Amino acid sequence: MSDSDKKKPNRRDFILTATTAAGAVGIGAAVWPLVDQMNPDASVKALASTEVDVSSIEPGQSITVLWRGKPVFIKRRTQQEIDSARSVDLKDLKHPEKDEDRAKDPEWLVMLGVCTHLGCVPLTDKGDYNAWFCPCHGSHYDTSGRIRKGPAPTNMEVPKYEFVNSNTIKIG
Amino acid sequence: MKNFFKIIFFSILLIYSGSQKLYAENSDELLKVDWSFKSFFGKFDRASLQRGYQVYNEVCASCHSLKHLSYRNLAEKGGPEFTEAEAKAIASNFEVTDGPNSDGEMFERPAKLSDRFVMPYSNVQEAIVANGGAYPPDMSVLVKARMGGADYIYSVLMGYEDPPAGMELDDGVYYNKYMYGNKIKMASPLSEDIIEYSDGTKATMDQMAKDVTTFLQWAAEPHLESRHKMGFRVIVYLIVLTILVYFSMKKIWSRIETKV
Amino acid sequence: MSEHEYIPKSKLGKWFNDRLPLLTLANHLTDYPTPKNLNYWWTFGGILTFCLITQIITGIILGMHYIAHADLAFESVEHIMRDVNYGWLIRYVHANGASMFFLAVYIHIFRALYYGSYKSPREVIWIIGMLIYFLMMATAFMGYVLPWGQMSFWGATVITNLFSAIPLVGESITNWLWGGYSVDNPTLTRFFSLHYLFPFLILGLVVLHIWALHVPGNNNPIGIDIKKPSKDTVPFHPYIVIKDLFALLIFLLVFAFFVFFSPNILGHADNYIEANPLVTPAHIVPEWYLLPFYAILRSVPDKLLGVIAMFAAIFVLVILPWLDTSKVRSAIFRPIYKQFYWFLVADVLILGYMGAMPAEGTYLLIARVATIYYFAHFLIILPFLGMKEKTIELPLNITDPVLGGAANPEMTKNNLKHRSDL
Repeated sequence: MSDSDKKKPNRRDFILTATTAAGAVGIGAAVWPLVDQMNPDASVKALASTEVDVSSIEPGQSITVLWRGKPVFIKRRTQQEIDSARSVDLKDLKHPEKDEDRAKDPEWLVMLGVCTHLGCVPLTDKGDYNAWFCPCHGSHYDTSGRIRKGPAPTNMEVPKYEFVNSNTIKIG
Repeated sequence: MKNFFKIIFFSILLIYSGSQKLYAENSDELLKVDWSFKSFFGKFDRASLQRGYQVYNEVCASCHSLKHLSYRNLAEKGGPEFTEAEAKAIASNFEVTDGPNSDGEMFERPAKLSDRFVMPYSNVQEAIVANGGAYPPDMSVLVKARMGGADYIYSVLMGYEDPPAGMELDDGVYYNKYMYGNKIKMASPLSEDIIEYSDGTKATMDQMAKDVTTFLQWAAEPHLESRHKMGFRVIVYLIVLTILVYFSMKKIWSRIETKV
Repeated sequence: MSEHEYIPKSKLGKWFNDRLPLLTLANHLTDYPTPKNLNYWWTFGGILTFCLITQIITGIILGMHYIAHADLAFESVEHIMRDVNYGWLIRYVHANGASMFFLAVYIHIFRALYYGSYKSPREVIWIIGMLIYFLMMATAFMGYVLPWGQMSFWGATVITNLFSAIPLVGESITNWLWGGYSVDNPTLTRFFSLHYLFPFLILGLVVLHIWALHVPGNNNPIGIDIKKPSKDTVPFHPYIVIKDLFALLIFLLVFAFFVFFSPNILGHADNYIEANPLVTPAHIVPEWYLLPFYAILRSVPDKLLGVIAMFAAIFVLVILPWLDTSKVRSAIFRPIYKQFYWFLVADVLILGYMGAMPAEGTYLLIARVATIYYFAHFLIILPFLGMKEKTIELPLNITDPVLGGAANPEMTKNNLKHRSDL
């Protein structure tokens, strides 16, 4: 090997390099299916949306539904809760977001019930803001689901959703 | 080296043809169709798949389930490739049981793309009783579950005849030239113009048998097209790499006197 | 094998190597002196290592998606085939990989038989190899049960029933194997567990197999000991590595052809029918690689003796180093053995064919003759042949015949014939 290494690259060295390169490409291509098989499969992806009947929820009540294996909070807010969410100065927020952007219809707040700290499910109507409180590491959320106090870095996530009709919300 | 590859080549040929022969053992006399999906680059005939679904839905589905398929499959690449809207419309024609709802009760709703094909019977026993003691097999992998594959399914569909003289058949048993044992408990499912194709194709026996067999072949092997496509690429790649490695080997072994 | 002590160049390397001599091992493996005259039949060791690794990797992946439960197994396999990303590819590689593995192992075994690689001082390599082969059959059998199709179920029923042939305790043993009174969910779950375990046992044995090989070094087509390593051998890397790689790629071409264009041809159609304990398929046939043994089993009319004959057919291979009394290794120098060798190859192929045919009439008769010949080859022909056969004079070293420079003209003729093998 050593004597050919010292020479200038010639046609035959080129063959060794080309072989190595082609082999590396092939190994890379062969590894991809082995990795990709762990990604969500076709049947999981097909379950991406769920429809929820919200006709029986009274103001002030909330329900929790399962979507993609995670809890989704659907809260029908009282006027008082809406007012307290909308009156907050954005400068006081760790993760500034307007309540108007989080709840298109102010009466309905739909968000993933997953604490953005380490993934626990916050308790409803608890904490300093009488909204949501995560018992794992003490994160307090306000009536818009925004982080106000504690270790969580961001507000609770609002998923893609729409009202199919006045009684039904489609999540996803 | 020459001998070595000769022996390898012929033994592979032997094993391959041997297995082919075993595989097609009692299918020698099957009707042969020049299926579009059979060759090296074989693909499905999209229109035939769509018509085949119609035959399945209007003729077979009253007895035969297709339990491993979901409505979403109808819109997937490499299949009948209905548009998503068409597939949704197809699904919504079926009712599935879901629940429990917030009152703890099960309820009926129209099927969604993510739902499995609705089965004609709720369990195997019900299917057996409803069909005079014979279980209409699930069709999801039927083509792969029969020696002779697509040719066999097509042959059975086309193979209904009057029994040969002297052959007594019980009630509800029919003579079929290609069925194993020649007796079948399913009456000939197809007859001229039993359905009206939505694309206007004339619904002859032969046309329907071909379409539904194509559909069932896809149902059993939904990734056939991507398999053929990937296979071609892999083989080309391997040939190129083999040639490169061959010359690399020659180069490396040229450092010593011995021939490789 | 290398006589000189290996000392890593870097300081860190030396520090590490003094504590765990991995670098010495790596150096030994790359420098391992390999006879220069090995032909392509010797590349199957590397191919088999590749097969084992492929089966383990694809198997671990399938295990992530497969559900070992009698009610769900078949469906979970269909889930893999339809929904899992590239699931169809991984399953077809695994299923056809088993066949390719056996194809390679049979070539490997018959190479050893032809060139006398099982003879002193390589008996332990051979015995470990036979253990690997036996475990491979057990693993493959249990793997075939997992999809829970008709052949899975009835194959498991038939094979486990072999143990009921044992007098007195037979029934207790089969019930113990099944975890019930028939093949059922408990059987499936334990087969899954063991099917996952055995490949790692095989891997361990492969390490021992290679270790045992590296003590005396490779046999070679001429079958004589290496006299001068400097003249007769080449370092494993890069010479043998690149040659093994070339052979592996040819092998992969065949492999890919099966996976992509005939993925189900080596399996049985009935295994796409869900297991049904009430209906037995018309023909129960094991996978092709077990057919010769299946033929031996069926050709003995007595249940217990049939089972004994089947296991004896493997055991006779284990004791082969002591049955073959000839001191000459390679068949090249044993003209009569060479012919019997090809008779044996034909005999095993015939047995395989008969295993796939119904056990009746002429088929059964041929299977019986082939069974008797199989045992006669090892128990009668080989011991006597070793004592009586007049062998061709061996060359002095492996280099001469390879380069065609032998002094003895009769030798040269043979060498020329032999060279075309290379």
